[in-house]
Amino acid sequence: MAERYKTAGTNVETTVLGADEIILNMGPQHPSTHGVLRVKLRLDGEKVVGSECVIGYLHRGVEKIAEHRNYQQFAPYVDRMDYVAAVSNGLGYCEAVEKLLGVEAPPRARVIRTILTELQRIASHLFWLGTHALDIGALTPLFYCLREREEILKIFEKYCGARLTTHAFRIGGMQYEAYDELEKDVERFCKDFDKRVDEYEALLTENRIWVGRTKGIGVLTADAAIAMGVTGPVLRASGVQWDIRKAMPYAAYDQYEFSIPTGKSGDTYDRYLVRLEEMRQSRKICLQAIEKIPAGPILGKVGKVLKPPPGEIYHSIEGPKGELGYYIVSDGTTQPYRVRIRPPSLMNLEALDQMIRGHLVADVVAVIGTLDIVLGEVDR
Amino acid sequence: MLDQGVFYFFAALAILSAILVVTRRNAVQSAIFLVTALLATAGIFLNLNAEFLFIVQVILYAGGIMVLFVFVIMLVNLDVALHQVQFNRQWFVALIVSAVLAAQVAAAIAVSRRTLYTVPAAPAESLEPNTERVAFYLFHNYMLPFEIASILLLVAMVGAVVMAKKRV
Amino acid sequence: MNDTIARSILVVSLVKVVVLLFLVLTAVAYLVWFERKVAAHIQGRWGPYRVGPHGLLQPLADGVKFLLKEDATPAGVDRFLYFSAPLLTMTLAISAIAMIPFGPASIHIFGIATPLVIANISVGLLAIFAITSVGVYGVALGGWSSNSKYSLLGGLRSSAQMISYELSLTLSVVGILLLAGTFNLSELIMRQDGYTWGHLPKWNLLNPTFPQILGFFCYFVAAIAETNRAPFDLAEAESELVAGYHTEYSSFKFAMFFLGEYASMITVACLASILFLGGWLSPFPQTPGLDWTRYLPAGVLAVAGVALIIHGVRYINVFGRIALPVLGVILGALSFLCSQPGVIDDIQGPFWFLAKVLFVLFVYVWVRWTLPRFRYDQLMRFGWKVLFPVALLNVILTSLAVVMRK
Repeated sequence: MAERYKTAGTNVETTVLGADEIILNMGPQHPSTHGVLRVKLRLDGEKVVGSECVIGYLHRGVEKIAEHRNYQQFAPYVDRMDYVAAVSNGLGYCEAVEKLLGVEAPPRARVIRTILTELQRIASHLFWLGTHALDIGALTPLFYCLREREEILKIFEKYCGARLTTHAFRIGGMQYEAYDELEKDVERFCKDFDKRVDEYEALLTENRIWVGRTKGIGVLTADAAIAMGVTGPVLRASGVQWDIRKAMPYAAYDQYEFSIPTGKSGDTYDRYLVRLEEMRQSRKICLQAIEKIPAGPILGKVGKVLKPPPGEIYHSIEGPKGELGYYIVSDGTTQPYRVRIRPPSLMNLEALDQMIRGHLVADVVAVIGTLDIVLGEVDR
Repeated sequence: MLDQGVFYFFAALAILSAILVVTRRNAVQSAIFLVTALLATAGIFLNLNAEFLFIVQVILYAGGIMVLFVFVIMLVNLDVALHQVQFNRQWFVALIVSAVLAAQVAAAIAVSRRTLYTVPAAPAESLEPNTERVAFYLFHNYMLPFEIASILLLVAMVGAVVMAKKRV
Repeated sequence: MNDTIARSILVVSLVKVVVLLFLVLTAVAYLVWFERKVAAHIQGRWGPYRVGPHGLLQPLADGVKFLLKEDATPAGVDRFLYFSAPLLTMTLAISAIAMIPFGPASIHIFGIATPLVIANISVGLLAIFAITSVGVYGVALGGWSSNSKYSLLGGLRSSAQMISYELSLTLSVVGILLLAGTFNLSELIMRQDGYTWGHLPKWNLLNPTFPQILGFFCYFVAAIAETNRAPFDLAEAESELVAGYHTEYSSFKFAMFFLGEYASMITVACLASILFLGGWLSPFPQTPGLDWTRYLPAGVLAVAGVALIIHGVRYINVFGRIALPVLGVILGALSFLCSQPGVIDDIQGPFWFLAKVLFVLFVYVWVRWTLPRFRYDQLMRFGWKVLFPVALLNVILTSLAVVMRK
């Protein structure tokens, strides 16, 4: 990665500054770098001529910790990566280990997993929308978004007792049976959620200032997006119809009808529209899923001690922010030999420099927001 | 009594600020003292019941022109200026020129005491608007010079824009 | 001029200054409370609720907090300018209020009738603009002297912004000056007396010669920009420049910037109501059929008082159960006072004036918590390519209308 930065000529320290240029250090303590991201901006006036991301302020060595925990013990750790979407992280990890073990979660568990993960996607997108709007100066949508997110977190809390770092799933299925009113709660949430999304749209979509601030900002072409390994809504907004839920279905996604929204121009405005539409689609999936949750066990046939056969596995899911992949190497013991996590935020963040060049400082904030990064996941 | 006190206060302030403009090393501070000097002059205008002139002085000089000055100075790198010698060796010549100028002004005042027609002070009633009178003189008696000055300024402005911007 | 009269005028003026200063500072403090409450309700929250009933003592707590915080001065600042910038901002913002007339009536202090304005000068409107134009220095110097890049960028941004929008702001009221032919604020209001087109008040917004709707639009937008508030709050764009020009200020120096911002909000709101909304004039004609409107001030106070008492006795804590009804009783007493024959005429002016100012302030707050922020270049483009031509157009159309009428 360091190699790429050098060849791209973006390393600010090694480049001679022009006469009118200053270096502005944005972060790690900055209100809108979404955590402890540090961006060194080379500015000509207010125009960005180069940038360098400095990451690692939140590094906790999650991957290394995995090598000293057994498979079940490591599961709660992944919740702490993308703490805005802990359920998705858990799903990816559990499915990866299941694949390694060669077991499958029972149908009931898979459907409930799908419901919770889609709710989590909505929650994550809501949080993104709120903070993104906040960065651009619209202060109020944040509170509307958090209001709806609260409903989702309440469902999580009712289900497993935790709101943020849920540790909702277990390897092989789920530990807890769904509570009695889960369907009713989800239905109630979904019933008026469409109207809520309309509300956000009423505040922003047609707003001249909002359009002016987002349209044509941080354009990422489809080719560039693919070249940078960008995934998730950011990739789809560039016009690439790639969604792992469709391409390589996992959990119970193959049973449901939903479409993959894509954008055209790959700018901040398209990414906004794509994510809004994704929330609507997620709602659709939830409604379909609660219609018929199959009966049966919730935990597959896994023993108390997990000893996967030696080998390696890569399994990825479509997290709210993009492709969340787990690469696990087993040496046949109870502890993984190596766990490598592909965090979507980190890969998407790499596109930042391309996207903000030639724009103004204010756009940097908008672009960081539109990438929807979570530093816990970037640094791990 | 009060009037004179106010006058001396503003006059002293104006002179003191003017001296500070020259002697301050920091360009931004110099500019600020220039603003103070201009405001003190405005205060003298107000003391003479020339409210309109006072307002114009404040809006145009302090609020308009000097803001742009400060704006430009803030953009310029001041570290270079801080390390340069502030006064060169021509101070002696400058002193002589200033002394001659001062003498001339003093002489002019002394002569005009007897010959020049002095305008009686405006009535103390402050609600009497002198705005209209200013406008009347400007647009009736001195219409042509006013318009010529305007065109001249416009030409200068366009010229400045053309020179500053390489491709128009 | 007689020396004793001059001295007593001086004393009366000083008393008025002290009273107004107290009132303005209180008003500014409660404007912050008002903004927080409105914002909270827009966002589906409660807002300040803990310090006093409904957070009514919050301004007091904020003030104490500002005073007691550590006053940090960063290294490498230009000390003289760093200290004078907040002083300048607050002083100028508050002194502009001296020109504002709050009502037509004269009140009696020490046997001297004195109008509800401190400085009733012939060029009052221009004087306010002069003061606000100097107000740029506080922002620019605060940003420059802090020795921080964020502050510098914020200072530069806002001075450029204030210079640009000042032009539209001044130009937007030229139409009114053409119609009224005076700079004096009291006279400007008197010219708006009367009714037109049936029972519509002859405010400048609905002036029969040429309605100043365009002018009002320009004034309102430019005033928001001039006071550096959202959606034009680029100077302190929190998400980009941390806090803009006052990033490095803390404690009471920060509070001064804060007070200055809200005081200038009050000034422009007062000016909007004076110039376009008829100042202290009642919107209802004083015809016999509408005579009851004279009791509106008393009525509003009475309703507020009763509501406070009813709500207060059921408040969640003891302090509120005592304080709110007491407040209600005070409002009731005021309401009674306002319906008395001697006072009822005096109270009309200030009541309508304050009502209009409060309305304008509410719209301000409303806009701030609804709209996203402009980007710097968009702001400049809007200011120069939209607002300025529209204001100019308004001037041309108004002058044409005035000439045609003659």
